[in-house]
Amino acid sequence: MRMPDPDQKAIARRHELIDRLRRIVPGEGVIVDHDALAAYDCDALSAYRQRPLAAVLPETVAQVADILRLCRDLGIKVVPRGGGTSLSGGSLPVADGIILAMGRFNKIVSVDLDNRSARVQPGVTNLAISKAVEASGFYYAPDPSSQIACSIGGNVSENAGGVHCLKYGMTSNNVLGLEIVTIDGEVLRLGGDGMDQTGLDMLGLLVGAEGLLAVVTEVTVRLLPKPETQRAALIGFPSNRSAADAVAAIIAAGIIPAAMEMMDRPAIQFTEDFVHAGYPLTVEALLIVELDGPAVEVDDLLARIEKIAEECGSETLTVSRTEAERLTFWAGRKAAFPAVGRVARDYMTMDGTIPRAQLPDVLDHIAELSDHYGLRVANVFHAGDGNLHPLIMFDASLPGQLEAAEKFGADILRKCVAVGGVLTGEHGVGIEKRDLMGEQFSEIDLAQQRRLKDVFDPQGLFNPGKVFPLLHRCIEGGHQMVSAGANYAFADLPRF
Amino acid sequence: MTIIEADSEESVADIIKQGNTLEIAGSGSKLGLGRPVTASNRLSLRGLSGITLYEPAELVLSAKAATPLAEIEAILAERHQALAFEPPDLSRLLGTTANHQTIGGIVATNLSGPRRCVAGGVRDHVLGLRAVNGRGEIFRAGGRVVKNVTGYDLCKLLTGSYGTMAVFTEITLKVLPAPETEESLVLAGLDEKAAVGVMCQAMGSSAGISGAAWVPHQGMPPLTVLRLEGFGPSVEARRQRLLTRLALHAPADLWTEDKSRSFWRDVRDVIPLAGQPDRAVWKISLTPPQAPDLLGKLAALPGSQAFLDWGGALLWLSLPCGADAQAHAVRALLPIGAHAMLMVAPAAIRTEQPVFQPQPPAQMAIENRVRQSFDPDQRLNPGRMTQ
Repeated sequence: MRMPDPDQKAIARRHELIDRLRRIVPGEGVIVDHDALAAYDCDALSAYRQRPLAAVLPETVAQVADILRLCRDLGIKVVPRGGGTSLSGGSLPVADGIILAMGRFNKIVSVDLDNRSARVQPGVTNLAISKAVEASGFYYAPDPSSQIACSIGGNVSENAGGVHCLKYGMTSNNVLGLEIVTIDGEVLRLGGDGMDQTGLDMLGLLVGAEGLLAVVTEVTVRLLPKPETQRAALIGFPSNRSAADAVAAIIAAGIIPAAMEMMDRPAIQFTEDFVHAGYPLTVEALLIVELDGPAVEVDDLLARIEKIAEECGSETLTVSRTEAERLTFWAGRKAAFPAVGRVARDYMTMDGTIPRAQLPDVLDHIAELSDHYGLRVANVFHAGDGNLHPLIMFDASLPGQLEAAEKFGADILRKCVAVGGVLTGEHGVGIEKRDLMGEQFSEIDLAQQRRLKDVFDPQGLFNPGKVFPLLHRCIEGGHQMVSAGANYAFADLPRF
Repeated sequence: MTIIEADSEESVADIIKQGNTLEIAGSGSKLGLGRPVTASNRLSLRGLSGITLYEPAELVLSAKAATPLAEIEAILAERHQALAFEPPDLSRLLGTTANHQTIGGIVATNLSGPRRCVAGGVRDHVLGLRAVNGRGEIFRAGGRVVKNVTGYDLCKLLTGSYGTMAVFTEITLKVLPAPETEESLVLAGLDEKAAVGVMCQAMGSSAGISGAAWVPHQGMPPLTVLRLEGFGPSVEARRQRLLTRLALHAPADLWTEDKSRSFWRDVRDVIPLAGQPDRAVWKISLTPPQAPDLLGKLAALPGSQAFLDWGGALLWLSLPCGADAQAHAVRALLPIGAHAMLMVAPAAIRTEQPVFQPQPPAQMAIENRVRQSFDPDQRLNPGRMTQ
């Protein structure tokens, strides 16, 4: 994975930069020691690493504004970082830039239960928001698997999802307002505490902008009342196809479960070995379907779902009887990635979304690719919204395996786009899918997006090397670029 | 003004490339919303009509921009599905032809009905767009799947942009199962403070309220109405839960499906304030806790009428129009963070007074640059949102 060539002039100014950063953030807020900086080398896409020039940990919005103005004046690149749990390399450092670590922005500013909202600083973890309002009967709905560690600022920047987005939407559907700081040090408020905005929906643009436009310094989230009951069903099927049919049939019957997850045989096996969640080991595919709401509704819908599942050929069905059992069902699913990590030295997670009806064919295609590349794959995914997570297993210490895994992953994503889907459903483009953007978007589409980048950050200092295919030369976005289209003749040549 | 008819996406692009300023119209039902546009031609999209994709099991529908909303709602109803954001028909309020609007108009103005308070607005249901920018370039944003974080979320940015950045040619929407049934719990005689208290309690309960409004009627006690939608047994269980939560043994009234539906349609379409001559109508967004105090202050303005939707997060206000739609008086009363949009007033007033809530200069500057990045020569609906 190639990153833009470092700006040697920026590197040469490191001492001046550090000196001036220390005048903005006193004490231990500027990290420059080579070993201490190792903590910032990578995020959860740990195959790619880079030591930054420095890491700075501001505590106030004024400090953030001063840091950004300084970086703008010196031409220093800025990679914002929250919990560092990005799966797409969203907070991978650059050699000629700093890490702006927002971990000290860790306070819940205010909670307004009458407005069902909370103002929180970006370094607060996703789960901490729900914990803070739990006693009042509320929670924050988006729940990425990393919710214990991932920060709400990172969730906003990546428009994070989770297993419950099927019913409750993504981060962008659950955020009411943001405070951001631009590269010029301007502090802006987008959206607010109400439901409608005035003017353009800049809030919608900033959520999911992957740290390329501004730094988030405060988030107003929507809180939801906790449902009265939650129950989950584990339903085993003799094939991926029959499980996928059941997913489509449940939705077609007018039922939107709170979550509807699917695991294939390898994924079931690995997680059961690891977590002992009670998953059936005789089936080819497993659905976890969760219902929430009044008990009478949950019972009614579970009965309907059981009938649909039987019609689709289900072989086993277990419904959670206690809260502990429900959580055990989820413990397996939520530990699926580390479970694969136990049996494979390395693995790579893909994140394409496809129309649900394409699930069986795309899974067949992934199996064929697995044979072709000689790499095992386990599938764990958000079936209800067609968001796939194939886990490609490989051993980076063996020559050629990382490259084969990368190609395997790219082939899967191309297939996703070809059947009407997209490259990424919730993990973000980051560096990982950057060079595939031309599969999904035309040059005009990408130029339009690049012009937005220029509006906010004309020098290209925020999170460089992410989201967009790298430009061939140092040219202004949108005026001239190398096609990353599907017809590009030398797709494998490095472009820089 | 010359009217130019486009019959395809390519013809939209060709017309824009000619370089004239254009007022964009589907059925024209919302030409009176926003600031009046000064343009040399009107671009009519009436020829871009028709549903291009509907897959009920995928919960997705695509339609060309000027497809009548009624056509979309009818095909969805056949499969017991609906647009969850409950698009309003503001024709009575705006004095235009009823049941005439297009899906493009709804998306361009981001108009959502009562269910917005729990189901999200138009912006939350646009999955993909095809559009032509002010350069005459055809581009796409988003896709047709519900989960998509690939690139910037241009769908949200363009929703509610009043045709000032791009002309939509095709829109892909997330659709959802229509509620099997509905009913409404009605409490009569609560003042605004008590009503907002009840609505906040209800919205914050697990009863799953899908509409909460406070509507005063002249000469009658005001009504606080809470809607429950869903599967029959579920609605009944949640009604009990709500009654317990509100510590009520019996509601003042319980409206069953038909009456409930007709009430919420009226709230959605702003019927309580429609059809009165010489009045200005404002749409004010705020938080429910701010609503009682603002209502109290607004009541001091002679001839004002108001009601609350979205559990108190939306205040509709009508008052005698006067020389400036009382813009200064209304905006001076707004609490922090609230904003007011002028929805109904003569064109001359909508030209002089900011229709949209004025924003801090730094914010306006960046918004203008965002708009210019799509439409550098301000060809599309020039002046519709800002001067």
